Amino acid sequence: MEMVLFFILAIVAVAAGVGVIAQRNAFKSALFLLVNFCCLAGLYLLQNAQFVALVQIIVYAGAVVVLFLFAVMLLGADRAEETPDLRRYQWIAGGLLGLLLLAGIVWALIPTQPETVAALARTDNVRQIGAALLTDFAVPFELTSVVLLVAIIGAVVLAKRRLES
Amino acid sequence: MVPPSFYLILSAILFTLGAVGVLIRRNALVMFMAVELMLNAVNLTLITYSRLWEQVDGQVFVLLVMAVAAAEVAVGLAIVVALFRHKETADVDEQNLLKG
Repeated sequence: MEMVLFFILAIVAVAAGVGVIAQRNAFKSALFLLVNFCCLAGLYLLQNAQFVALVQIIVYAGAVVVLFLFAVMLLGADRAEETPDLRRYQWIAGGLLGLLLLAGIVWALIPTQPETVAALARTDNVRQIGAALLTDFAVPFELTSVVLLVAIIGAVVLAKRRLES
Repeated sequence: MVPPSFYLILSAILFTLGAVGVLIRRNALVMFMAVELMLNAVNLTLITYSRLWEQVDGQVFVLLVMAVAAAEVAVGLAIVVALFRHKETADVDEQNLLKG
């Protein structure tokens, strides 16, 4: 059962990933990205990471994709699209480099993997993450708030300069 | 029972797709989406190792990555919108001046 679910989610995730990069229309790319994020949330659930799966849905599927769709519609980038024929050599070169990268990563992964792993157990996932965040990872956790604050200020500054000009 | 190496290979495939997307697309928005694909592939790797070693640390890393990714998207899209207002295109090949 777990295997079947894994393969369904994996195939849909890869297909959606191909859709993101191959789709001519930026709007459809963003929708494929949404499908990909939802599949990854399912894969997190399969690996007993319930809290991260929920955050994945809320942050990525909820906020990031909506932001992308908003930007695409604001820019009208779905209409002004690049001409594909001029850049065919770029697709070929990119594809070959990608295959090389994939071969390199898989080659690095293969020899060191233990194939046995503990069966899924019912754990208090949220409690463990909360305890880790506020003890071992307290400093990175607090620094995250600074990152978000800087991002808010940066976005406001970029938007404001545009209004003045 | 899915072996962890399946998840790792899936994550490698998704990361490669993202990298190829950045290489072959010239639309700044789609390049951002490809970067998000790569970040998610790395998150899947972290979750897999978190399960493999029965440590919750990997999942904490994923949460931090998500926070940084959200900040990156907000700033990145603000820059893309500003560039678009300036040049009327989201094609990165047209953005060839530091002081436009």
